[in-house]
Amino acid sequence: MRRWLLPESIEDVLPAEARGIEQSRRRVLDAMGCAGYQYVIPPLLEYLESLLTGAGRDLDLRTFKLVDQISGRTMGLRADITPQVARIDAHLLNREGVARLCYCGSVLHTLPGSLTATREPLQIGAELYGHAGIEADAEILRLAARSLAISGVRASRIDLGHVGVFRALARLGALDGETEQALFEALQAKDLPELSALSAGVPEPARSGLLALPELYGGIEVLTRAARLLPRDAEIERGLDDLRRLAGDSADLPLGFDLADLRGYHYHNGVMFAAYGDGHPGAIALGGRYDGVGRQFGRGRPATGFSMDLREIARIGAPPAPAAIILAPCGAGPGLNEAIEELRAAGEIVVVELPGHEGTWSEAGCTRRLVREDGRWQAVPMREGE
Amino acid sequence: MSGITLALSRGRIFDETLPLLAAAGIVPQGDPERSRSLILATNRADVRLVIVRATDTPTYVRYGAAELGIAGKDVLLEAGSAGLYQPLDLGIARCRMMVAVPEGFDYAAAVRRGARLRVATKYVRIAREHFAAKGVYVDLIKLYGSMELAPLSGLADAIVDLVSSGATLRANRLVAVEEILPISARLIVNQAALKTRREVLQPMIDAFAGALR
Repeated sequence: MRRWLLPESIEDVLPAEARGIEQSRRRVLDAMGCAGYQYVIPPLLEYLESLLTGAGRDLDLRTFKLVDQISGRTMGLRADITPQVARIDAHLLNREGVARLCYCGSVLHTLPGSLTATREPLQIGAELYGHAGIEADAEILRLAARSLAISGVRASRIDLGHVGVFRALARLGALDGETEQALFEALQAKDLPELSALSAGVPEPARSGLLALPELYGGIEVLTRAARLLPRDAEIERGLDDLRRLAGDSADLPLGFDLADLRGYHYHNGVMFAAYGDGHPGAIALGGRYDGVGRQFGRGRPATGFSMDLREIARIGAPPAPAAIILAPCGAGPGLNEAIEELRAAGEIVVVELPGHEGTWSEAGCTRRLVREDGRWQAVPMREGE
Repeated sequence: MSGITLALSRGRIFDETLPLLAAAGIVPQGDPERSRSLILATNRADVRLVIVRATDTPTYVRYGAAELGIAGKDVLLEAGSAGLYQPLDLGIARCRMMVAVPEGFDYAAAVRRGARLRVATKYVRIAREHFAAKGVYVDLIKLYGSMELAPLSGLADAIVDLVSSGATLRANRLVAVEEILPISARLIVNQAALKTRREVLQPMIDAFAGALR
């Protein structure tokens, strides 16, 4: 048996990459902290019902399950942290005003999201509760763009969408659940032939609205085009207006619009966004409004937030430069320990040479050596092959 | 990579795509039937074609190895369309996905009496969906080719396969008894590529759409 073998889509993160991930994690959490988002640590597993609350249908399939030996109830290993944070806001914090929370932790997926995806993403995200206005969405959008930037990944495009548009068309067309689901899938694939066949029995003007959706993507002009092509309806107009205001608030971001992109449709209820990076075949950060998720926990509150997978971000971002490690001699030279402590306090990495060491120190990442010159300890460049 | 890569398979899909490419102002330099090279340059410096197995086309496009692809609806249904846009039915490489049985096998009666059928196919997902929707129990046997042989050799009661002229079925004394769905080739697009490089991809999609009208 090959005991070193790990399950499919599960991996160890080795030092070089782990350093990049941890660096991003700290920087992003610090940035969130500075923006007033308080850090929470929800549990790795909890009762299944609370994990799946208000979530998309596919989350159930993606959640690993086990039976609790104490209560006999089914528990799930979280596949998404967002519902957990919503539970914390709804039931534990009980604040009347706005609550800003952030988190970072591993989640597990029974099936990888794509062929190259891990089954153990490191999810980091921020959620804002208690404010239903577009200002809250703008804050989250900006925080997402900033989190990507400080992780070393440039979002070359952030696409905005709005659940209200499709929802209104489904209502106008009096769609039954099955048709709605089928149309939803065709829209996700921008599958015009399928969409046209499926919507054959849908009354106007909902039908032409549905058929227009896949073409409604691109720059800000999409909103003008949408106002012309979509049926007149208060919910649709509200959705388009939300998007227009959000775009106005975030004109410096590389925004685009895609009214057929309904990822997280079963979960979101307002504006949604997905960030893309050059050369990466999928979205790198996802977010949006999901009011009312807390209702299942006894208190429905406006909610908006975003999350991303730090492992994936680290893979596509530039790796951090290797640390220039200082090698210190072993033993008790005069003032040596103080010198080492001083360097470490200043953020330098100092390793102490151990007697009988085999191999070279450059292999261990050391580029400098601590030597005593002119009566004080100084880091000097190592010689070749040391 | 700033260019556009279009993935497609050789044979019928390639041949019938040529006029569409020409309408979009793209002429491949070289013929995949004669060359062994799997990458074909075109008259446009920023567009190249890659020749892949038909079943691999969605994979190349899904993972961004190609921005565009041309794949049969059969392949897309089998592989799933997650991560792909399929905006256009190109109407080429037309055929039908059918259930076929040996001459003399009473398919309708077997279904009526609720028999459990053994079905050989390359298209396991399409077959499973079809029979599940009909409420017929089937044992699916995955084969990679020469499907027609399965009922003749007693391996299966029926097959699910693509039928274009029906000549192969007739030559093996099989009859098509049920159409599952009509098949034609689709233009598929990587989702993230369309988001980040719309200004180069959308004109090509529009050119294909224009050629269809």
